[in-house]
Amino acid sequence: MLENQVKAKLRGIVGDAYFKDDIETLVTHSYDGTPMLQQLPEGVIYPQNTAQVSAIMKVMSEHQIPLISRGSGTNLCGGTVPVQGGIVMVMHRMNAILEVDMQNLTATVQPGIITKTFIEHIEGLGLFYPPDPSSMAISTIGGNIAECSGGLRGLKYGTTKDYVIGLECVLASGEIMRTGGKLMKDVAGYDLTKLLIGSEGTLAVITEATLKLIPPPKHKKTMLAMFKDMYGAARTVSAIIENRIIPATLEFMDNPTIRVVNDFAKLGLPLDMEAILLIEQDGEFETVERDIARISEICQEEHADQISIASNQEEALKLLTARRSAFTALARLRPTTILEDATVPRSKIAEMVQQINRIAKKYDVQICTFGHAGDGNLHPTATTDARNHDEIERVEAAFEEIFEEAIRLGGTITGEHGVGLVKAPFLEWKVGSAGIAIMKNIKQGFDPLNILNPGKMFAKESRRRVVIDHV
Amino acid sequence: MSNATAKSLQESLKLKLDYDQLTNCMRCGFCLPACPTFKETGVEAESPRGRISLMKAAVDGIMEPNVRFEEQMGHCLGCRACEPACPADVKYGQLIEQARDAIEDHTTQHRTWVKGVRKIVFGQLFPHQNRMKLLGKGLRFYQKSGAQTLARKTGVVGLFSKQMSAMERILPEAAGKGVVDQLGTRVPAIGEKVGTVGMFRGCLMDVLFTETNRKTVQLLAKAGFDVVIPEAQNCCGALHAHSGEMDQAKQLARHNIRAFQEAGVDYIVSNAGGCGAILVEYDHLLHDDAQWQEQAKWFASRVKDISTILLEKGRPLPFTEGPGVRITYQDSCHLRNVMKAGESPRKLLKQMPGATFVEMKDAGSCCGSAGIYNLTQPDMANTILDHKMDHAKATEAHYIVTSNPGCLLQMKLGIDKHAPGSPMQAVHIVDFLYERV
Ligand SMILES: Cc1cc2nc3c(=O)[nH]c(=O)nc-3n(C[C@H](O)[C@H](O)[C@H](O)COP(=O)(O)OP(=O)(O)OC[C@H]3O[C@@H](n4cnc5c(N)ncnc54)[C@H](O)[C@@H]3O)c2cc1C
Ligand code: SF4
Ligand code: SF4
Repeated sequence: MLENQVKAKLRGIVGDAYFKDDIETLVTHSYDGTPMLQQLPEGVIYPQNTAQVSAIMKVMSEHQIPLISRGSGTNLCGGTVPVQGGIVMVMHRMNAILEVDMQNLTATVQPGIITKTFIEHIEGLGLFYPPDPSSMAISTIGGNIAECSGGLRGLKYGTTKDYVIGLECVLASGEIMRTGGKLMKDVAGYDLTKLLIGSEGTLAVITEATLKLIPPPKHKKTMLAMFKDMYGAARTVSAIIENRIIPATLEFMDNPTIRVVNDFAKLGLPLDMEAILLIEQDGEFETVERDIARISEICQEEHADQISIASNQEEALKLLTARRSAFTALARLRPTTILEDATVPRSKIAEMVQQINRIAKKYDVQICTFGHAGDGNLHPTATTDARNHDEIERVEAAFEEIFEEAIRLGGTITGEHGVGLVKAPFLEWKVGSAGIAIMKNIKQGFDPLNILNPGKMFAKESRRRVVIDHV
Repeated sequence: MSNATAKSLQESLKLKLDYDQLTNCMRCGFCLPACPTFKETGVEAESPRGRISLMKAAVDGIMEPNVRFEEQMGHCLGCRACEPACPADVKYGQLIEQARDAIEDHTTQHRTWVKGVRKIVFGQLFPHQNRMKLLGKGLRFYQKSGAQTLARKTGVVGLFSKQMSAMERILPEAAGKGVVDQLGTRVPAIGEKVGTVGMFRGCLMDVLFTETNRKTVQLLAKAGFDVVIPEAQNCCGALHAHSGEMDQAKQLARHNIRAFQEAGVDYIVSNAGGCGAILVEYDHLLHDDAQWQEQAKWFASRVKDISTILLEKGRPLPFTEGPGVRITYQDSCHLRNVMKAGESPRKLLKQMPGATFVEMKDAGSCCGSAGIYNLTQPDMANTILDHKMDHAKATEAHYIVTSNPGCLLQMKLGIDKHAPGSPMQAVHIVDFLYERV
């Protein structure tokens, strides 16, 4: 437990109201969006500015207490579960948009701002910030940066890392560091900005970010292509890219997902399809029309069973809703929904989906697959029940084999959700022992006392996926 | 009192909370932006995900539920905006009722006088329509006799909490006569009959808003319904259920079901979102009562809000062109989130010739009234109302239309506080429609 002396110091920094260690607060910061994980912190602190964060880090260093930065706790990798105790630092109060620079097309924000609030503000100014994780109504920009979140627009516009050009952060020592800036070009030394993006709160606390903005697309068109043959759908994905068309969105749902979505959203989708692709293109009017026409042709060449192009925004929205409701619909099937994040080169999508189905059968578990086909990022999702220990073990074994398969196909263990706690045992599979060694050295350089989000990213041992049930 | 009293709060939470629902919450946080108390405070414990995690932690033995736990459950408005936002379809409304039910058996929080008052109000007053009427008469006497003026002048009302005195100022003139006294128990359809409906008169509605009740009946008759108002009906039990008085709520429900079954109606019409929401959930309320399951389902499936029934089942009302006014609509949380009828009032209002409908920002978010919440949690209720009134004023509407007495009073309170002297008025949708047919 925390010593009173430490508590007093922390209260001195943020004020009595913003350091809490009552049981309600501890319980409500003992979890995140990841199923089946929970561990109580020893205190929760809500800083208001960078100076306070710096002062807090100094106390943490002095007493060697773990610190876990937290946005909205929507991550799906156990990233904010305080597995080694310590203090959870909630960034919500640092939620200002400090500047929108209309000349340089950049925005500078504090990390606690909700992504959607930021996007709405930017769109109100006639500008565009493309990263759109499905959780954007809740997640924070800081969390997005720390996980390098992607979204439905990732294929054409890239993910969070493509839009962060400058950061201010507080190091484990309490020192404040700035990287990058409003510059489009900068090769002065190692690229620390990129290093911090996706660092999952293990290297530093992000306290400010400068983001690149772009002009919004003028026109948009959405279509749905349905296939009776999985390979047809997969070949379509590769063929579109081969034809040098990069759609804004290229999403995939497999048959079990179609069934569930349809049942839930009553969309009248055909149930005998092996796969559905949801495709959206945006840009100049002529380009969009030409691309969509060409994509339709490709779908036909690959024997799509049905193609429907949304005639208006309302219809387009209905189609997008179908895809977005996938997770929603799956979550209603069984009490526990475990959504994973295996990613393969996009030419391997069909093979990966077939492997997933084979593995699900082998372990006798229910796995539905949907995801961002355009960037090879699949979300095989197990619907199960945390109370059925036997089944959970089979689910874990199945996922282990799925990751193995993904890597065999040249893919990775996570495309956007991060390593955190749950994928730490698999990291070495992807990056190799040399990769792990260099990453550990980097961690050591930033955080010699190992107080920033300890226990994440690097597992004690490789392979076994840990599941901690309650405290 | 139940025999659970002897056991700890933890044990009765274990008994009463539906563990399946607790497990269904996957902690995704999708409900956070929908929750007014989270919006106001930004604190996880003040969010649906936070409250569910507290309930689960208490049941799992991770924490001992204490006074703070009770307070947190009390902070929830019960507006249920978190339910439609939840991908996993967690029945939050049921969880909070179960938690409050368990707390009610044990509470260390209420001071004895609160307990006493609740006992009288819930046990002796609400279930008895004749006593409610008496209360109405008393209130009317108080308002008419000059006692009100005296009380205001002398500041006696101020002796109650500030909140009470604010409420006192905006209370409408109470009626001594309920809707049955005025119209009888049967009112025939005007013109060709399209069906028979039972009118749920509500206890507060019938005392404080008798005029609205009368107009409801008359609108229904104009739309082609024979209207029956069973005398035997009583309070819907919503306040009881939301405050943890489950046994009484169930008793009231059984009574109402019988009254309306005997009346032989096609639909049961409610003009108060708060009542309507529990009426459509009678089947859930009585789900462990095998004897009443069928009847409860019969009842629940027939409940409709006044706007929905006028829009979907009745003959279209011949609205006349009224003066050119701007109107906006404040949702009743229960109408929107539980009865899923947020669209019908809007559709009706948009049909109104001469009136311009302006959507208010965050119209779907709770106004802070929430049953007796504005009396039990005045601070939070006031903050929420302050923000609500900013949005309301921005619409520059002449009328804020509502569908529930609690919301109506809260809007009146808001106007009184934030827009005194402005032409803005709060009205019940029935009163607004009635003026224009
Ligand atoms: C329903 C649902 C849908 C999702 N959809 C997507 C999706 O489409 N794409 C996607 O990529 N992800 C998705 N996610 C995962 C998750 O929403 C993202 O990872 C998101 O970026 C997390 O943001 P957060 O604010 O909740 O951060 P948290 O969950 O609070 O934190 C995430 C990580 O960031 C660290 N962190 C937070 N703030 C800071 C800071 N200021 N400085 C340093 N480190 C910090 C934390 O320590 C933690 O390791 C989804 C999650 C859910 C529940
Ligand atoms: S939205 Fe539903 S599942 Fe998600 S945290 Fe809220 S209650 Fe739980
Ligand atoms: S019922 Fe309303 S106040 Fe209570 S948790 Fe749900 S959204 Fe929040």
